[in-house]
Amino acid sequence: MSLKALTRDWEPMSYGFLDASAKREIRRKTLKAIAVPGCQMPYASREVPMARGWGTGGLQVSCTLLNPQTTVKVIDQGADDSVNAASIRRFLARVSGAPTTTDTLQADLIQSRHRIPEEKLREDQVLVLQVPNPEPLRPVQPNMSIARQMHADADYGRMWLQLYEQIVRSGRVMQGASYPSLVHGRFVMTPSPIPRWDVPKLHMAKHLTILSAGREKRLHAVPPFTRVEPLVFDDVPYRVEEHGHLTCYRSGARGYFMNEIPQEDGSSAFEISDSDYGVKTIRKGDGEAVDFGDTWYRNGEMAE
Amino acid sequence: MHHLDRKMGAFEDISLTLNAGQFLLLKGRNGAGKSTLLRTLYRSYLAGSGQILFHSSHGVIDLARAADVDVTLLRQTEIGFVTQFLTARPRVSAEALVAEPLRRAGRPFAEAIEEARHWLETFGVKPDLWAAYPTTFSGGEQQKVNLARALILPQRLLLLDEPTASLDVNARAALVKRLADLKSGGTAMIGVFHHPGDVADLIDTEIDLTPDNQAQEDREDVAV
Amino acid sequence: MTVTLDAPQLVKTRPLLVARNVSKSYGSVQALIEVSATVYPGEVLGIVGESGSGKSTFLRCLNLEEIPDTGSYTLDLTDVEGNLFDLDRYARRMLCATRIGIVYQNPHVGLLMKHSSSGNVAERLLVAGERRFAVLREKARDALDASEFPLDRMDAPPIELSGGMQQRVQLAKAIALEPALLLLDEPTTGLDVSVQALVLDTLKRLQQERRITMVIVSHDLGVIRTLADRVMVMRRGQVVEAGLADQIFQDPQHAYTQQLVHAKL
Repeated sequence: MSLKALTRDWEPMSYGFLDASAKREIRRKTLKAIAVPGCQMPYASREVPMARGWGTGGLQVSCTLLNPQTTVKVIDQGADDSVNAASIRRFLARVSGAPTTTDTLQADLIQSRHRIPEEKLREDQVLVLQVPNPEPLRPVQPNMSIARQMHADADYGRMWLQLYEQIVRSGRVMQGASYPSLVHGRFVMTPSPIPRWDVPKLHMAKHLTILSAGREKRLHAVPPFTRVEPLVFDDVPYRVEEHGHLTCYRSGARGYFMNEIPQEDGSSAFEISDSDYGVKTIRKGDGEAVDFGDTWYRNGEMAE
Repeated sequence: MHHLDRKMGAFEDISLTLNAGQFLLLKGRNGAGKSTLLRTLYRSYLAGSGQILFHSSHGVIDLARAADVDVTLLRQTEIGFVTQFLTARPRVSAEALVAEPLRRAGRPFAEAIEEARHWLETFGVKPDLWAAYPTTFSGGEQQKVNLARALILPQRLLLLDEPTASLDVNARAALVKRLADLKSGGTAMIGVFHHPGDVADLIDTEIDLTPDNQAQEDREDVAV
Repeated sequence: MTVTLDAPQLVKTRPLLVARNVSKSYGSVQALIEVSATVYPGEVLGIVGESGSGKSTFLRCLNLEEIPDTGSYTLDLTDVEGNLFDLDRYARRMLCATRIGIVYQNPHVGLLMKHSSSGNVAERLLVAGERRFAVLREKARDALDASEFPLDRMDAPPIELSGGMQQRVQLAKAIALEPALLLLDEPTTGLDVSVQALVLDTLKRLQQERRITMVIVSHDLGVIRTLADRVMVMRRGQVVEAGLADQIFQDPQHAYTQQLVHAKL
């Protein structure tokens, strides 16, 4: 027996870029996070060839979960074709050999920044959200040691107070993105800066959501079929952005979350934020046979 | 009495007995300890030794050694202390101040105010002052408010510390009448008066506290 | 001369607060030495003493902010039993938030200075689980009104308010949940005299109308004289004398109390 038979061939880097022990740690922390929904788990965020703040947390989770059979979709603000999304997608494919797609229905693993696709995700799909700041208590409690105690005690009075203050000062809740939400009736989490429009999609969803912050070195998760309830007063209902009546000027899709595009005459045009859904709508309009998935919103209203 | 490290005996070995509906006058020259004795009975001063047995509606209790909370309770319900000075509080009207003892005894607000007005009238406080704040009143008017407040609720024992001093004739007459009514209702009274003539008709017994002139009864026992 | 008094005979109600032999040291400094106190429902206990006498430390112990080395502390409440010093952090926090109100000398300790005043009051209710905005508004308004706070300023942040107004916000916050026990730590110190009188008057009124049981700590004998039924005098971490307020002021027994009373009068 030769020494060579006992060792692997030389490779320029580990499979999926991260070394085995790093991936093992992230897998363990992910399992923990799934076991305690909404609870932030610290992990040793590794260096990846991308600057902190550009999705390194999501990238590490994706690298860990990938295998050559995993079809990957990466979106940034809903778009598959932004520079950041394209680079991450190419990177993931290169380090793992995984196939890529832009179609939400085809994807096994979706890494996303700031959006959840409009088409419903299935039990076999995993959504990885990039999180800049995983601590919902940071605005009310700058001391993170105390914030952790507050999580342990479910001491969320200050979070509610923040909402109270917004209503008193502005007449309504001003929190746009990162709307604090109670997971499984226990931990308040920030759902990453997704718009209010997307938060109800997490509630009792069939898919697994993993939220990972690379710079802050913490990840948390929303397991399938878990309650995610935005913090709201009983008598001040939760409101999503009023995009239900808007029509995409390029695709004609209507009743979904839109990007506002200011026009020279001071008015605004709207373009569907979920770019793949827009592309599908255009192709259908051109007469192609296109497969649409069931969407969370129908006619601009969240379907029960 | 204590004053820093010096100890001053105000009086020694006073004994007296008082029955329900009796009026006892304390006499003595200035500094004989008349007021001190009253305050000792009220427990503003602690007695150095001895017993003050009081037959409360709950049973006999030694006021010299009773727990503070018990004394507080008795002061609210059974033992009154009448001075010539009002402890007015800012922003509390005269009628509310007078009604307070009734309120504390659990009487409804409207009824208590009604009765308070009656006594303010009896002691000669003008109606337009009833809703005003006694902190702004003259000394004489404050004194009337004070008397109305102190005498509104019939007590088992009343301690009177010169309540008539500098009181006008009408108010004095009202006071004497109220005292007489309370007395016939069974209230025992111990009083110090500059001019005992005011209350001469009420006095049952007298004690002179001037040290070399003590006419004492043989037991120390305040019985009601 | 020490006078030992009998146990209560007439008052049959159980005391609301019983603290026994509370001792606390910081390193070699003994802040509290075997301090005991009993407070009956509706009573106001005043604690006087000079700076460093341990009176504020004792109050912090009663608010469960500070856990002493030894001693016991019970409140006669239906939902909590045993020595409160033994409660875990969570139970302590809930008890303090719902059953004990406190007003600190320094409003910065008790208030969120940049949140609205009504929000400061509402926070108490939020901690207790109230989730209806309209009810929060209404209860915050009621509590501020009871503290005689001008309601047209109810959404102004405390940082924009005067010292007297800040104390009223603290008071409103403390009474919002109708606590069993109200603790006051030098509530009027640092206010100018006329404002001080107004705040004291509000406290007196609340005490008369609601029969709130209070423990008030102050080095200002005038404050204690105005509010307290009974007084406890502390010096160097120990209770040197306790008694009825008028008795302590008119016939102080301990040499230290005599000095204290005469220095003020």
